[in-house]
Amino acid sequence: MKVAALVLAASTALSACASDEAGSGGGGGGSEGGSDELRIGLAFDTGGRGDRSFNDAAVAGLEAAREEHGGEFQDLSPNADASNRADLLTQLADEGYDPIIAVGFAYGEVIGDVVEQYPDTTFAIIDSSAAEVGADNLTGLLFAEEQGSFLAGVAAALKSETAHVGFVGGVESPLIQKFEAGYVAGAQAVNPQITIDRQYISPAGDFTGFNAPDRGLLVAQGMYEAGADIVYHAAGGSGLGVFQAAAAAGGRAIGVDSDQFQTVDDPALQAVIMTSMLKRVDNAVSAFIDSYVDGSVEGGSDIVYDLEAEGVGLSTSGGQIDDIQDQIDDYRQQIVDGEIEVPTTP
Amino acid sequence: MSVLRRVGLALFAPVLAVVVAVVISSAVMAALQVDPFRVFAVMVDFGDTPSQQVTAIVVVLNRAVPLFLAGLAVAIAFRMGLFNIGVEGQYRLATVLAAGVGAAVALPGPLHVLLIVVVAMAVAAIWAGIVAVLKVTRGVSEVISSIMLNVIALGIASFLLTGPLRGSPEGASIISTAEIPESGWVPSLNGVFGVLGLADPPRQLYGFLVVALVVGAVIAVLLNRTRFGFDLRAAGLSPSAASASGVDSRAMVVKTMLLSGAVAGLIGMPDLLGSTHAYTTDFTSGLGFLGIAVALLGRNKPIGIALGALLFAFLDRALVPLQIQDFPASVVTIIQGTIVLAVVVANEVARRVARRSAERGSGPAAAVAGDGSTGPGQAAGGAGEGTGAGVSRTTGAGQRTDERQETGA
Repeated sequence: MKVAALVLAASTALSACASDEAGSGGGGGGSEGGSDELRIGLAFDTGGRGDRSFNDAAVAGLEAAREEHGGEFQDLSPNADASNRADLLTQLADEGYDPIIAVGFAYGEVIGDVVEQYPDTTFAIIDSSAAEVGADNLTGLLFAEEQGSFLAGVAAALKSETAHVGFVGGVESPLIQKFEAGYVAGAQAVNPQITIDRQYISPAGDFTGFNAPDRGLLVAQGMYEAGADIVYHAAGGSGLGVFQAAAAAGGRAIGVDSDQFQTVDDPALQAVIMTSMLKRVDNAVSAFIDSYVDGSVEGGSDIVYDLEAEGVGLSTSGGQIDDIQDQIDDYRQQIVDGEIEVPTTP
Repeated sequence: MSVLRRVGLALFAPVLAVVVAVVISSAVMAALQVDPFRVFAVMVDFGDTPSQQVTAIVVVLNRAVPLFLAGLAVAIAFRMGLFNIGVEGQYRLATVLAAGVGAAVALPGPLHVLLIVVVAMAVAAIWAGIVAVLKVTRGVSEVISSIMLNVIALGIASFLLTGPLRGSPEGASIISTAEIPESGWVPSLNGVFGVLGLADPPRQLYGFLVVALVVGAVIAVLLNRTRFGFDLRAAGLSPSAASASGVDSRAMVVKTMLLSGAVAGLIGMPDLLGSTHAYTTDFTSGLGFLGIAVALLGRNKPIGIALGALLFAFLDRALVPLQIQDFPASVVTIIQGTIVLAVVVANEVARRVARRSAERGSGPAAAVAGDGSTGPGQAAGGAGEGTGAGVSRTTGAGQRTDERQETGA
């Protein structure tokens, strides 16, 4: 009894301090349909908001779209083992959010059922093909990661003094293998004799490799010690460890997804980031919302963001690749013209 | 009076733990400028329409089934004083192999399912058996060896998935085994909703729920009503006393780990047979570790584990609506963490209360303390009754749903 009274007293006192905040925060849900205001739902991949990479790029795209069209958006992150992906999508649809964007190929497994269940809601999925699903209300937003990675390989090979470069993949999945394939092809296009160390942090099915900077550091350290002077990572949050290894070994590294020169806070790490392979998830998201507002979403098909569509490319912050920009542009043009066919599997 | 006291003492620890956890997490939420009352209100709000409410219940139950099996697997070993951290690796390896076998053969319905389940149980039991053999022959701590074997199991599972058992086309973004033919699926229990007069939700309620309940009941009887269960608990409480009274504790280690592993093999089955029908790179991971928390919460008793699994599943479901209402999702993680912490403390408090009451010469104390490796061991009667309560309580959930729907409509 005493305990119960104490609990009650404590929680009332505490909640009194907090009530202002909660009052403004809780009003979001509930309203369904009716208004013409744009209400966008976003379901994140594991890692969620604040990963300074993939998920945040999607948010940047949403912010840009909201500035243009107004409205509101709601983002949801999955639980620790991401077993509730389908729930995220159905909840957003139940709350009347439209369009709904699923960030990450992992949603490919569950989205088929969800789009069938909500035929009047428009869905988009990043990194997974909608053509396989074949529903009119689903659009796939795909990227030609191999093309951007090809340019990263070109830059690495041109800049390497030891003719020895490295690639660190987060998880040995088909998506990350596209990065690897393009990078290897690009480096070998410049220097067929180049040595390329390739290693993945975790095997397929074990997603810890995307969020293990300590293991990223170990893997990259081994490459620098073996003589590599530039290492490209496609390892999400583990990339930080690659940068740290580069800084410690006096080597350089290539970032991925967003312009990591801008997103890394530490100036010591900034100095080692030669360039980043940009994957413009933000452009894809804002373009999709634009077309939703225009009413021009086709659905049932994929939109591929490649070099030609500026969906992938290399960042130039820091100016470390300014001197080889002409050669990079040359390769870029050859890919756009179809003279170079970049492989998607290693 | 004696029964009342016994029930009171048995409920004392978990209720205390939940209360303490609620208080601590409320304090944390308040410190984070979040209103705890609103958070709890969102958590118990299952939606506006009957269809949404039933869907929410299905989501909770579907999540609870694997958690229950995981908790059960961990608890069996716990009862004997063994810490099986290897449940994670055991079920992952078992599920990928069972998925591979299930996709490779074609058998009539029930036999097909049975084969898949037996393969899963056998693989996981063998994997757990390695731990036991290492322990009884070389004296290797089961904690160390099962952690090591987790890493190896995940590696092998990944190799099998990307190599020999790969069924997905080249270049597909999600690698998976070949799909199990329809004869190997476990049908959903959604027909039950029709019988109860509830809305049929779009989500499928796992048919494996029934299997999990049967397994829970069998394990409860086995542990509490058989010679084997008595030996197991006795060996867990005092290996030297047990061997003095004729229990071969080395054989018991092997048998217990085999049983724990066999149950661990079932963890992946609800998802595999009920929804995914293939093992993929995205197959739910981490259930083996969550099972440790659930077993702790349930004080290693099947009925307690069932309630613990339901609580964890309920908290997990709350993640999404909380985010929709702009509450931080970490609130749920905080509550789950504090519950586990509070359970450890409350178990200790309950043990002392029980001991004091036993010292005063009243019998029922044993019912409280007979769950783990620490207390005295004559809990057979008390926990046996608990199993019966478990079955009736689970069917009771359906009735509660009914009431809610009536008030909602």
